[in-house]
Amino acid sequence: MNVGKQLKEGLLTQNPVLVQLLGMCSTLAITTTISNGIGMGLSVTIILTLSNIFISLLRKIIPEQVRIACYIVVIAGFVTMVNLLLQAFFPDIAESLGVFIPLIVVNCIILARAESFASKNKPAAAAIDGICQGIGYTLVLLVMSAIRELLGSGALAGYQIFPAEYSASLIAQPVGGFLTLGFLIALMQWAQRKVKGGK
Amino acid sequence: MDYKDLNLIGSSSPHIRTKDGAGHIMGEVIIAMLLPLAFAVYNFGPRALATAAVSVIGCCAFEWLYRAALRKNNTLNDLSAVVTGILIAFVCPVTIPYWVLLIGDFFAIVIVKQLFGGVGKNFLNPALAARAFMLCWAGEMTTWVGPRSPAVTPVPVWGAFDAVTYPTPMALLHENNLSGLQSLYDLPKMFVGLIGGSMGEVSALLLILGGLFLIWRKVITWYIPVSYIGTVAVLTFLFPRGNDPVQWMLYNLLGGGLMLGAFFMATDYVTSPVSHLGQAIFGVGCGLITVFIRYFGSYSEGVCYAILIMNLTVWIIDKNIKPHRFGVIKEKKEAKPADQTKKEAAKK
Repeated sequence: MNVGKQLKEGLLTQNPVLVQLLGMCSTLAITTTISNGIGMGLSVTIILTLSNIFISLLRKIIPEQVRIACYIVVIAGFVTMVNLLLQAFFPDIAESLGVFIPLIVVNCIILARAESFASKNKPAAAAIDGICQGIGYTLVLLVMSAIRELLGSGALAGYQIFPAEYSASLIAQPVGGFLTLGFLIALMQWAQRKVKGGK
Repeated sequence: MDYKDLNLIGSSSPHIRTKDGAGHIMGEVIIAMLLPLAFAVYNFGPRALATAAVSVIGCCAFEWLYRAALRKNNTLNDLSAVVTGILIAFVCPVTIPYWVLLIGDFFAIVIVKQLFGGVGKNFLNPALAARAFMLCWAGEMTTWVGPRSPAVTPVPVWGAFDAVTYPTPMALLHENNLSGLQSLYDLPKMFVGLIGGSMGEVSALLLILGGLFLIWRKVITWYIPVSYIGTVAVLTFLFPRGNDPVQWMLYNLLGGGLMLGAFFMATDYVTSPVSHLGQAIFGVGCGLITVFIRYFGSYSEGVCYAILIMNLTVWIIDKNIKPHRFGVIKEKKEAKPADQTKKEAAKK
């Protein structure tokens, strides 16, 4: 078990959004404000960690042929819990994230980690993998939503930085999501190539 | 005689070189745009000139800053930033605030052009992409003022002004109000350009002159403009809204950005197909989308989006329409060893 390597993979070299290109749908849709980004990122991190642990525990019991269905059942259980908890304690965030919390059930990141990591490793490693990948996802959402909230509505975490009439409303719309994500992925590729070239 | 003593230079072809580079061609484009620019100043007042100047300076500054910041070679002298600057000014109303203009310059030069590798590598027309982005500020981008006559006080170069909004030909056409447009501007006015609209798009006459100059100087070919304008003409003539197809067609041709787009935007080398047949297809596609947006869209003008959408199809057109190779006879269909081996590999 190598925590440092797993953390580096989750944050940079195997970042779920910028390198594995998983979970695009929710990434594009909810990164309009920082609070949305953090709420979504933390929800996914919690669900990812719990489902990783659980699937890792069950990895010898789950039959090979129906494993995807079993993973989905486990994930759906945790998503339902998180969804109900959000609605109970953070109704504002639950309302603004809307359908994207239930949709975490089919989020590719969670299924991919279950398939590629949790089902082959021990629970402790799977838990750390879930946390690292979740942090990577949350960080990307945070950066993206900060850029889009600042440029798209002139605010940062709800505080108005410059008057909204000067802001580029397109950035807060789906167009801006694609633009921002595209340039972040390009930046990531450029940085990785730079690092590799330096070695 | 020993030829080795002769002062000869050994090199492969081409042996004859001209001074025509990107800068030379862009220079011709700038010359062709001078007349429409002068007319914009005449029609809309001195602010048109100030806007063009700010836009050109902005584009050049962003280009220089980006290249300097990344320690790349300076590409200002290919003049493409100047052309982009003038075109961005051309597609804006004269009332455009300078800060919106500078954001458009930034988007065109840094995001659309330089991040994809600089001149010759952009996959969209920078000026049109900037216009699409500048519509974030829809109010600023659609504050139209009237032409020189009927007399409207020109917008001051600096400071506040009372924006007297004035219907553009395209807005009236979009409401199917042909008679209203005819009473506001007659056809000669539409042709000469004494109408409202974006700065560079009003004068069809001078834009056609500029386009003919470019065709004469062999900077552009006639395939894209003719197929583009022809498609719009045929479609609007066949499906007029109103009972006068000729008038409807002429107003559709002369109003809006069609002439500017067809001669100066769609013909951009980087974002148009290489082959002549491909260019004709590109022009027809632009014409179709333009008419569709004008007829069925919520925007009154579709030239900008038509060209941008067709820009994205250029690689498909270029891939499928390859020029005939000299001396190569068309391959027979039966003999496809490559395909057969693929199929066999798939079977295995």
